[in-house]
Amino acid sequence: MAQYVKKDDDLDEEAEYSPFSGIDKGAVLQEARCFNDAQIDSRRCSQVITKLLYLLNQGETFTKTEATEVFFSVTKLFQAKDTGLRRMTYLIIKELSPSSDEVIIVTSSLMKDMNSKTDVYRANAIRVLCRITDGTLLTQIERYLKQAIVDKNPVVASAALVSGIHLLQTNPEIVKRWSNEVQEAVQSRAALVQFHALALLQQIRQNDRLAVSKLVTSLTKGTVRSPLAQCLLIRYTSQVIRESSMNGQNGDRPFYDYLEGCLRHKSEMVIFEAARAITELSGVTSRELTPAITVLQLFLSSSKPVLRFAAVRTLNKVAMTHPMAVTTCNIDMESLISDQNRSIATLAITTLLKTGNESGVDRLMKQITSFMSDIADEFKIVVVDAIRSLCLKFPLKFRTLMNFLSNILREEGGFEYKKAIVDSIVTIISDIPDAKETGLLHLCEFIEDCEFTYLSTQILHFLGIEGPKTSDPSKYIRYIYNRVILENATVRASAVSTLAKFGAMVDSLKPRIFVLLRRCLYDNDDEVRDRATLYLNTIGGDGSVVETDKDVKGFLFGRLDLPLANLEASLKNYEPSEEPFDINSVPKETKAQPFAEKKSAAKKPTGLGAPPVAPTSTADSYEKLLLSIPEFSSFGKLFKSSAPVELTESETEYEVNVVKHIFDQHVVFQYNCTNTIPEQLLEDVTIVVDASEAEEFEEVATKPLKSLPYGTPGQTFVAFEKPEGVPAVGKFSNVLRFIVKEVDPSTGEAEDGVEDEYQLEEFEVVAADYMLKVGVSNFRNAWESLGPDFERVDEYGLGPRESLKEAVSAVINLLGMQPCEGTEVVAANSRSHTCLLSGVYIGNVKVAVRLSFGVDSAKEVAMKLAVRSEDATVSDAIHELVAN
Amino acid sequence: MVKNVLLLDSEGRRVAVKYYTDEWPTYSAKLAFERSISCKTQKTNARTEAEIVMFDDNVVVYKFIQDLHFFVTGGDCENELALATVLQGFSDAVTLLLRGNVDHGEALENLDAIFLCLDEIVDAGMILETVGNMIAGKVATHNLDDGAPLSEQTITQALATAREHLTRSLLR
Repeated sequence: MAQYVKKDDDLDEEAEYSPFSGIDKGAVLQEARCFNDAQIDSRRCSQVITKLLYLLNQGETFTKTEATEVFFSVTKLFQAKDTGLRRMTYLIIKELSPSSDEVIIVTSSLMKDMNSKTDVYRANAIRVLCRITDGTLLTQIERYLKQAIVDKNPVVASAALVSGIHLLQTNPEIVKRWSNEVQEAVQSRAALVQFHALALLQQIRQNDRLAVSKLVTSLTKGTVRSPLAQCLLIRYTSQVIRESSMNGQNGDRPFYDYLEGCLRHKSEMVIFEAARAITELSGVTSRELTPAITVLQLFLSSSKPVLRFAAVRTLNKVAMTHPMAVTTCNIDMESLISDQNRSIATLAITTLLKTGNESGVDRLMKQITSFMSDIADEFKIVVVDAIRSLCLKFPLKFRTLMNFLSNILREEGGFEYKKAIVDSIVTIISDIPDAKETGLLHLCEFIEDCEFTYLSTQILHFLGIEGPKTSDPSKYIRYIYNRVILENATVRASAVSTLAKFGAMVDSLKPRIFVLLRRCLYDNDDEVRDRATLYLNTIGGDGSVVETDKDVKGFLFGRLDLPLANLEASLKNYEPSEEPFDINSVPKETKAQPFAEKKSAAKKPTGLGAPPVAPTSTADSYEKLLLSIPEFSSFGKLFKSSAPVELTESETEYEVNVVKHIFDQHVVFQYNCTNTIPEQLLEDVTIVVDASEAEEFEEVATKPLKSLPYGTPGQTFVAFEKPEGVPAVGKFSNVLRFIVKEVDPSTGEAEDGVEDEYQLEEFEVVAADYMLKVGVSNFRNAWESLGPDFERVDEYGLGPRESLKEAVSAVINLLGMQPCEGTEVVAANSRSHTCLLSGVYIGNVKVAVRLSFGVDSAKEVAMKLAVRSEDATVSDAIHELVAN
Repeated sequence: MVKNVLLLDSEGRRVAVKYYTDEWPTYSAKLAFERSISCKTQKTNARTEAEIVMFDDNVVVYKFIQDLHFFVTGGDCENELALATVLQGFSDAVTLLLRGNVDHGEALENLDAIFLCLDEIVDAGMILETVGNMIAGKVATHNLDDGAPLSEQTITQALATAREHLTRSLLR
């Protein structure tokens, strides 16, 4: 092959000779004919097989016929008696992975080998046969496999067990029948047989919790010989611990003693596995953690990089949840910063950043600065991320950390690295108001000399939003205008937009901005000129100090409320005609749920891409959507929109869900409909609502959906009037009514339609719909400030429940309030729990709720509910919610 | 358990490799993995002790002997020390099988033994055997055309031969 020829050139006369130089597939296939010779030359055949394997290994592929041909000739080799050749034969059969009709040919030969006297043959024949066999054949050889599992020779037993592990994926019912033999093999004296048997046995029983638990119990008492098996056992043990709920509240965890005992095992592998298992126990206490941390600390100063890495990686994870427990290792960690292995050093740094206290930050930063220069970008990104979280943890230290970030921003680095730094600075600016001005200046300096267009434009956009709100916006103008003079067209255009934003927001700067924008009119790029013209006209005024219109601000700062994908789809569907394209016809619903984003926002870096202020985006977009509909614009301010409630099973002809929008005097149901039949077009889609079980509601308006083509979701609305401020409840049943037209999917032409109906499920408006989830950062303050005047306390029995956790989340859902201070999380196995909730009830009444739960041995859950609010009737209403 | 075992030369080219998962479905994906892992580890010194690196949520342990680079990859929740044991077994076995002459040329000469060796260490991801002597013993049953049985040759002997070989090539 070419690469080896090249290698030969590199080296001189005593160049290595590669036996494979100039190897050619065709020639090797020719050579493979020697397998068919009457007198088998085993040495030659071995060499040919090696060549075939070499070709396969170098990525060469054989065509189906080639492979078949080779396979058939290989089968002849079973006549040879040479051990080496037989081994190579096994290997090539596995590599060729013959099809099931071909397998038959070798089956008998392999079965003969399986029962031969030579152990090496037996072990290998088992592995080959199990690899290539299918279910039917397996029943034939099952008997031999069972025997092999308990074979005296460990190699044979291991081969059978390992094959069993693989077969379990494809033929579980057969392998499960072997459990007696496997059980016997677990007691084997051979270390690896025990390991393989344990793995197989656990997999056979993995769906039977009790059986696994029994297995673990018996083995933890017995002797497990091989370190690998011991590691496996530790894993299964921690699994059992995870699943068992029977341990008492403060009693000792079952099996903890076993794990702790493993910390004194003679094999490092086992010690480490046990230490890691302990650190990963759920709700681990510091007393349980200490011995594990101690052994990991010892590993930190090991001479083996693998051991140091394993230890520091585990400690790093522990530091996320129990930073205090890891502080004892800090001195060892600091010495690891200079470790040869940069992965270890990076992990050590980030661990230190997590465990460090506020006073140590400065010293640590000094150490890191020297460290940063000699690691690769990917490690630097990890460090930058760690620094960001440190900064959010110790906001007072932002000066040091921000300085550090701006220093490394000036140094050399790739795009991903720079982006990580910029994202971090942006996050810090958004979270720590004090850091804003310095941070923005650092960013400004960065774009003075930034080679990445993407970052420049992002920063300019960010500046446009944050800059005008600072105490002295004028100082940023210079940086921005420099971009207009010096940069490429993309950056210039975005600098123009930024300038316009300053002009719009800061009235005093307007005349100056005007001058600058006028200059941009002579730019040699269209986009830049267009933008400049547009902004000059929209900001209005002819360069004098006037206040900017609301509309203009909306135009400059508002975001496009449409999902871009939907807009794109609508534009594609739009056919040029007399009628102009109507942007309001673009569906505003995204298919993805934005709620998930909100949750993860806390963890995820809120980088440049994210909007600087964190709005509850769905609520906003709903409100805009509703206001844009004339029938509903008089309803006033939207109080709350519920999460969508599905009214159809998924994957039916028409999928409909409803969002309940609550206004002061009205309720609007937004039905999101999707037509899933490509051959149909629905027109005049309405929902007929029967509100006979909702007495206080009166239908006032409906807004039908004109047409609902395949695949594009559309909305239809029904509005009800209800008594003002009263949390009226009721049940609504719905029928989807529409005109259906057959469409030829290929041409898109529609035929005449017929009226049709489709029954939907009913839904209810419940009291929780009138409760807005509003969290408070300090529940105690909120509770105290509401005062005891309208406090209502009562106790309820919730009856037998599946678990305390389930009961708590059921009550939270019933009330529809925001859990505070993470109290919605119920510790596993606890017998009592207190949950704090807050919210705003319709009529803007603040409500705080303190829930105390208790569970007895029969799983009977009792609850004490204490409500405080600004209104006695509301407090009562909350109690009624629960009482019903 | 084990995702792959690789034996590459000092420039990241394949000598013999074995993959046990579908994580790298195509030949080019495999090559890309090998190239980047080789590139990443190139500058490190993994001669006396096995080294370790995190790579795309995988833990890779590796060791270099002359111009042969040994790698073992596992998932990120794998016990690093277990992977290191596999690596140790692999490199010991190869050292034994090549009679201490651990270099690229010698490896290619005895490629059949190396293939068998890979086959004996891990079977479809399950660790089969981790002791170098045992692996080499299983492989070497037929490679006895010259001299004493390999399984009886200890690592010390093999290393002595290696040293001798090295000095010879230096003196030349």
